[in-house]
Amino acid sequence: MSAVVQNHLPAATPAARTEGSVMNRINFHRVVLWGALLLFAAFFLTPLYVMLTTSLKDMNEIRAGNLLALPQSPSLASWAKAWSTACTGTDCGGLKPFFMNSVFMVVPAVLVSTAIGAINGYVLSKWRFRGSEVMFAMMLFGVFMPMQVVLLPMSQILGWLGIASSIWGLIVVHVVAGLPSTTLFFRNYYVGLPDELIKAAMLDGAGFWRIFWRIVLPLSTPILVVTLIWQFTNIWNDFLYGVVFSGIDSKPITVALNNLSNTSSTVKEYNVDMAAAMIAALPTLFVYIVAGKYFVRGLTAGAVKG
Amino acid sequence: MGALSIRNVRKTYGHTEILKGIDIEVEGGEFLILVGPSGCGKSTLLSMIAGLDTPTSGSIHIGDRDVTYLPSKDRDIAMVFQSYALYPNMNVAQNIAFGLEMRKVPKPERDAAVDRVAKMLQISHLLDRKPGQLSGGQRQRVAMGRALARDPKLFLFDEPLSNLDAKLRVEMRAEIKLLHQRTKTTTVYVTHDQVEAMTLGDRIAVMKDGVVQQFGTPDDIYSRPATRFVAEFIGSPAMNMISSQRAGTGLAAHGVELLLTDAQRGRLNGSNEVIYGLRPENLSFADSGLAGTLAMIEPTGPETYALVDTPIGQLTARVPGKVVHRVGERVQLQWNADDAHLFDSKTEARVA
Repeated sequence: MSAVVQNHLPAATPAARTEGSVMNRINFHRVVLWGALLLFAAFFLTPLYVMLTTSLKDMNEIRAGNLLALPQSPSLASWAKAWSTACTGTDCGGLKPFFMNSVFMVVPAVLVSTAIGAINGYVLSKWRFRGSEVMFAMMLFGVFMPMQVVLLPMSQILGWLGIASSIWGLIVVHVVAGLPSTTLFFRNYYVGLPDELIKAAMLDGAGFWRIFWRIVLPLSTPILVVTLIWQFTNIWNDFLYGVVFSGIDSKPITVALNNLSNTSSTVKEYNVDMAAAMIAALPTLFVYIVAGKYFVRGLTAGAVKG
Repeated sequence: MGALSIRNVRKTYGHTEILKGIDIEVEGGEFLILVGPSGCGKSTLLSMIAGLDTPTSGSIHIGDRDVTYLPSKDRDIAMVFQSYALYPNMNVAQNIAFGLEMRKVPKPERDAAVDRVAKMLQISHLLDRKPGQLSGGQRQRVAMGRALARDPKLFLFDEPLSNLDAKLRVEMRAEIKLLHQRTKTTTVYVTHDQVEAMTLGDRIAVMKDGVVQQFGTPDDIYSRPATRFVAEFIGSPAMNMISSQRAGTGLAAHGVELLLTDAQRGRLNGSNEVIYGLRPENLSFADSGLAGTLAMIEPTGPETYALVDTPIGQLTARVPGKVVHRVGERVQLQWNADDAHLFDSKTEARVA
């Protein structure tokens, strides 16, 4: 059959050949690309794999020394220990109370810093006033300012406010520290919203808050998700403020994790350390997996077209 | 008392004067056009009427109320924006009803208004769609619907047709005119397009550099342009402008004496240098008259634009139908002295 076709269309042969070589080249590029991507993925995923498998092994198996081997009899014993009985310093109640500390700290801090950032961004982009640009420029300093700079003045202020060494104090610190970034995110996003939308709404009779609730906020989903993830990750993962401003009962999980891995009575329990680290990392992983696609979408969405 | 009066309105930003004392009176039901090149201040003036900006001095009155410093929402006006500014998160019906909702109009009345407007603009089948799913022309209709729903005292349009393609622009222009004839709402319409200005306006304010150059009916503006700028801005192709000097009791350009009526001669007194303006449609080919060489022909179908090199400069003639002459041929141009517009070349004001 193909011979017949070739006899009838002699010109088809060279054309088919060049087409074929183009196809081969594309396939070759694909293979290289996929190979490289898989290699990088393996490189970045190996630590996670080691953490996960080690946390499921018992100490004898770990001492046997094969880091990459799968656990022979997987057990959640070290997870249970890390969660409820492991010692962090002198206290041996596991990570559970500190995990809850982090939750009680993260939820309000994320919500408040995002909400204020949204309103700041709305004002700085759509309700400009004399000096608002200067104000924004000064807020930008906050994004680039090293965290260490604020430690001493902040602890003094928390002392004056009477909320030093408490979860409330940590919430305030994280809200204040997060505001420059959240303001920047929302302001830059709202600059892309056409001003005429706001003017049209003003002519329609809506005021400052109505325009925000009914028009601006409903258009903010992408940047809202980005900011929520950004703030959640930053605040959950923060160690410095947590270790400096927390009291005995208000340590966040990052500080507790550090204490747990530094507290070794007789032997170093790698499996418990790994399980504890996994527990500390799970919420941020979870947030990324659930909302990650919005994150990418929000970062790439420059302007909204009406 | 007019429906809208703008009294000696000035606006300065730092040292730049955007508006240099604007006075405009519009009667109820009139269609006012603000036209001029970009940067002439027409949009700034519209923003002030809308309450989105305030004048540095002067006042703006709607009906018998001084609204100069009144917020937009209390002025009883509606505006159609160049970008339409439809709320992307709401569907068409919600967009149209938003203004009523903000004014606490009960739901049944809102629905009735949406229905009425949608029928008027033939967008009833689009009410559930989001603005993103509409074409340019449909968005334009919805934007007009949003303005119409409130039944305002004053309609403002800010270059509403400039985002549409040529064909749709002509259609929507006619629709805006029909709509105005039906609703008889006082309208202020900003454009840089002189055809829109001429076709839509009951009265036109031609603006340049923050000054109203001429305020009058389309016929006034076209037949008796008050300044050289108005003469050149309105009309396409633009008016031919010939620099001329006094010669005896008349005018001459490059040694050629120019046709003048006695009345025109009488008005020449003060001016030595005069711009002699001729609209292209007032020129015609003839067996005698001003001789020249045909330099270019632009046929548009119903009429033809012909560029002719003459001793007094290159002139454009707009003649009906086809031109039988060929490029390079010698031709002769004729016109009536009545049709000439004379402007002082220093002040640029109309002489006769």
